Amino acid sequence: MTNHWIDYRNSDVLMNIGGNTAENHPISMKWIEEARRKRGAKLIVVDPRFTRTAAVADLHVPIRPGTNIAFLGGLIRYILENELYQEEYVKYYTNASYLLREDFAWDEETALFSGAEEDRPDKPVKYDKSSWDYRRDGDGNVIKDPTLQHPDCVFQVMKRFYAMYTLETVSKITGCDPQLLEECYKLYGSTGEPGKAGNMMYAMGITQFTHGAQNVRAIGIVQLLLGNMGIPGGGVNAQRGQSNVQGSTDMAILYHIIPGYLGAPKAATHPTLADYLEKETPQTSYWSNKPKFLVSLLKAFYGDHATPENDFCYDFLPKLDHRDHSHIGMYKYMGEGEVEGMICWADNPAVTGPSAAAKRNYQSKLKWLVAVDIFENETASFWKKEAGSNPEEIQTEVFLLPATCSFERDGTKANSGRWIQWQWKAQDPPGECKSDLQIVYELFKKLQETYAADPNAVFPDPITRMKWDYEDDLEPGKVDIVKVCAELNGYNCADGSLLLNFTQLQDDGSTACGNWIYSGYYNSYEDPPCRRRIKEKEGIGTNPNWAFAWPLNRRIVYNRCSADPAGNPWNPELPLVWWEDGAWKTNDVPDFNATVPPEETAEAPYIMTPELQGRLFSSQPADGPLPLHFEPAESPVPNLLYPKATFNPVSQRWYDNLASSEEDRQKFPYIMTTYRITEHYQSGIVTRNMPWLNELMPELFVEIDPELAEKLGINDGDEVMVESKRLNSGSGIVARACITNRLRPFNVNGSRLHVVGMPFHWGYCGLAKGAITNDLSPSVGDANTTIPEYKAFLCNIRRVE
Amino acid sequence: MQKTMLIDTSRCIGCRACQAACKQWNQLPAEKTEFRGSYENPARFSSITWTKIVFREHEENGKVRWLFAKQGCMHCTEAACIKVCPANAIYRTEFGTVKIDPQRCIGCNYCAANCTYQVIGFDQAANVARKCTFCHDRIANGKEPACAKTCPTGAITYGERADLTALAQQRAAELQKAGYSEANVYGIEELNGLGMIYVLQERPAAYGLLENPRIRLSTVVWDYIFKPVRILVVIAAFFALWVNRGESKKESA
Repeated sequence: MTNHWIDYRNSDVLMNIGGNTAENHPISMKWIEEARRKRGAKLIVVDPRFTRTAAVADLHVPIRPGTNIAFLGGLIRYILENELYQEEYVKYYTNASYLLREDFAWDEETALFSGAEEDRPDKPVKYDKSSWDYRRDGDGNVIKDPTLQHPDCVFQVMKRFYAMYTLETVSKITGCDPQLLEECYKLYGSTGEPGKAGNMMYAMGITQFTHGAQNVRAIGIVQLLLGNMGIPGGGVNAQRGQSNVQGSTDMAILYHIIPGYLGAPKAATHPTLADYLEKETPQTSYWSNKPKFLVSLLKAFYGDHATPENDFCYDFLPKLDHRDHSHIGMYKYMGEGEVEGMICWADNPAVTGPSAAAKRNYQSKLKWLVAVDIFENETASFWKKEAGSNPEEIQTEVFLLPATCSFERDGTKANSGRWIQWQWKAQDPPGECKSDLQIVYELFKKLQETYAADPNAVFPDPITRMKWDYEDDLEPGKVDIVKVCAELNGYNCADGSLLLNFTQLQDDGSTACGNWIYSGYYNSYEDPPCRRRIKEKEGIGTNPNWAFAWPLNRRIVYNRCSADPAGNPWNPELPLVWWEDGAWKTNDVPDFNATVPPEETAEAPYIMTPELQGRLFSSQPADGPLPLHFEPAESPVPNLLYPKATFNPVSQRWYDNLASSEEDRQKFPYIMTTYRITEHYQSGIVTRNMPWLNELMPELFVEIDPELAEKLGINDGDEVMVESKRLNSGSGIVARACITNRLRPFNVNGSRLHVVGMPFHWGYCGLAKGAITNDLSPSVGDANTTIPEYKAFLCNIRRVE
Repeated sequence: MQKTMLIDTSRCIGCRACQAACKQWNQLPAEKTEFRGSYENPARFSSITWTKIVFREHEENGKVRWLFAKQGCMHCTEAACIKVCPANAIYRTEFGTVKIDPQRCIGCNYCAANCTYQVIGFDQAANVARKCTFCHDRIANGKEPACAKTCPTGAITYGERADLTALAQQRAAELQKAGYSEANVYGIEELNGLGMIYVLQERPAAYGLLENPRIRLSTVVWDYIFKPVRILVVIAAFFALWVNRGESKKESA
């Protein structure tokens, strides 16, 4: 999130798109209700289904799953055509005025941008991005037109690019009534008025598509045009689906980054530290400090072993090779027998991974599998009869390590609003359960001993020389979490004293820091900011003395944008930063140089982008500088806007089991969308072991609209067989029917399309069992992030006789 | 000091945290349920299910509405259960709420049969009637009931009746102003006042709530005719128990 949960109370219009905030983030409704009551705020819900959030919304806008960019493109066009954008914001704070290169182009037939590498038949499109750039003068400076009139400036290019996204066309693609679309666009567009705040909140209904990253980009563009970024009540707000998933990405539990959102080094392009720093450090923006972040990280990893002479042990860092290390890729290699063992930590891909039935099969190719969880989960018991396996045929050795639940250990959680909050242990764990930190501590210690003792060990140094000194001083064998916190916060290598924050980091090896964005969260042993618990008595909800928000305890990022170029807040009732009597006054930690007058930062409010301005046009994504409409990988209809395109051409084609032929579309005529419900959580392994929650939601169900149910002769509570290209010919999964008006057929360009919906919380372990919904979903993912397309794929349903 | 809960359905998101909190605080076991086509579960109130969210879907002018309302014992002023209980086991507490004393309950089940809202369950194993206690153990210690405490959106407010009545009327007026022409308050007039006051966006029937609830004639008759001799019934019951005791002694011997 660029903003935070409590800040929702400052919004005038809230759009929940691709999310279901009442069901999956119930506490958000407390602040949304407050905004409605005190500010007369309106809540718009854009969702194919009439969810519990839609039930309390002012406007429900149903769109066909997978058509978010058509919907948002229509909104962008509506804002531009009706001049609803916030002009001054767009001029000063975005790259709208930048002229684009003459050779930048796109094709309205194929939906391809300039630079698509040809001669790659049957492979995803790869772009040479050189034309996706700004026009520059002889000195290399970007040519701009502050009047926004030049036909090649970003603003005018966008106008042309989105001209096709008319209400009529968007309606034909999304299946949403054009009048309803216009009502929605008008309402949300009203936040373009200076002083008004529009909040875009989303979750996996935006990201889990083959074009998921572009969905997010489209949201960002809308927010920039309306001047909703960096202001109270605004923002691009990714609502995290787990209380510490923000923390897990911060700590780089993903293959493409190392802690603090530094790109993972690649063997081909970053063989040495100098290569990495040279290629990955921009000249401008706060990222120009990247060498300080990386060198301090290496010092935290390797301690005294890391010296300037040995490139701070950069050679010890694992490098990405040519293979794809995403979830889908990893399981593909596993299926091909290339993976020997897997440690599966607090994860249950046998239920939550795409094409899960196939995944469970692949696991039998592993020699060993370690699962760490608080209950025995489906991933760890894939070899059992309940999983449909024959235990005699499976040789994989499985270890199940009992972990603790969050109330049984000390530690921090980082919430969606980036607030790192300490949580105190409430009780001891049962039996031999150990905290994750204790498990990883012991595991790595054992690894170090093993490698050190083995004279034939191959390249043991990255392990044996890792600094691993977290032992509790009083209790031998136990890990001391405070020592870990100190390392994450950062310290001076000379005397071990804690750093105040990341502004003190150095690239000469004199400082160590395990995660630069966390620096400052534990800068005092006596009063660590992440443990602070002082509620704001009056103010605008930033609560600066409650926990610590990264970076630097900043609650709303890009907050220079909350004031106009002269330093006056757009909304004087909710001032975040303002220039008064020759000085900056603040209600938040400034995200700009607050020692200089407003004129000096008026065109540089986005300190993390090389342009220092918000990017309406961005060359960063692999699949294009502007989002455009693609169908999902499995779609019942052609791409109405770009006739020669189907789904994202840049997305990797992993398996040949997508429903893409006309025959497939007839065999699997319905659109499936999957989701969570309030009563269960993710793979369900925690909640399905809780009888009170099983009482509320006892069984897997499939939601069907009444028209389709009648056509297929299905009644409420009937058993229904659901099949997809992954599971067909009678091998589908069975769920109870829920016939409801909350789902409606969509009229899509003359076709009447039915959407069916299923939660994915069940499996063969725990107290409540049920079929695994993800056995149906396709292993195809986003072009940038590889997140699987769980939200829209094709299926067939029939009543079980 | 009349304690009341205000249930504002316009703020309820149907998350059912109240339902789980009730089971947790009162240590009520889970029921074995099945999915019957609606999110609502369990199917009915029982000795181990004292509160639940009622889910109701309907369509009006092509627009779907999905309504949620927490329901359970209403703690009625004119409480049928108190009137019919032959053992004086159901009584009005110092907080104005209605409570069953399991020590005095003789398991006759008259209260459950006569309850206007059908929210009293009968525990056959213990031979006693059970229902929402308004978290008597919590409010007696200055804490709000578990359901109100856990509600994430503030749809359940606990407090003094007079304050909440005014608040309810104010909220209903706000809703009417916001375009909910049917918005109304339920529980002020009904049965001379309920311990649960609802702010509803639509007519009570849309939420499965009784419009103009009345105590049954038979209940009233029972109350008027037999109340004076209620003690005799209790004596008879004790007599029966005493006889039984003799029987069971024989058996164990």
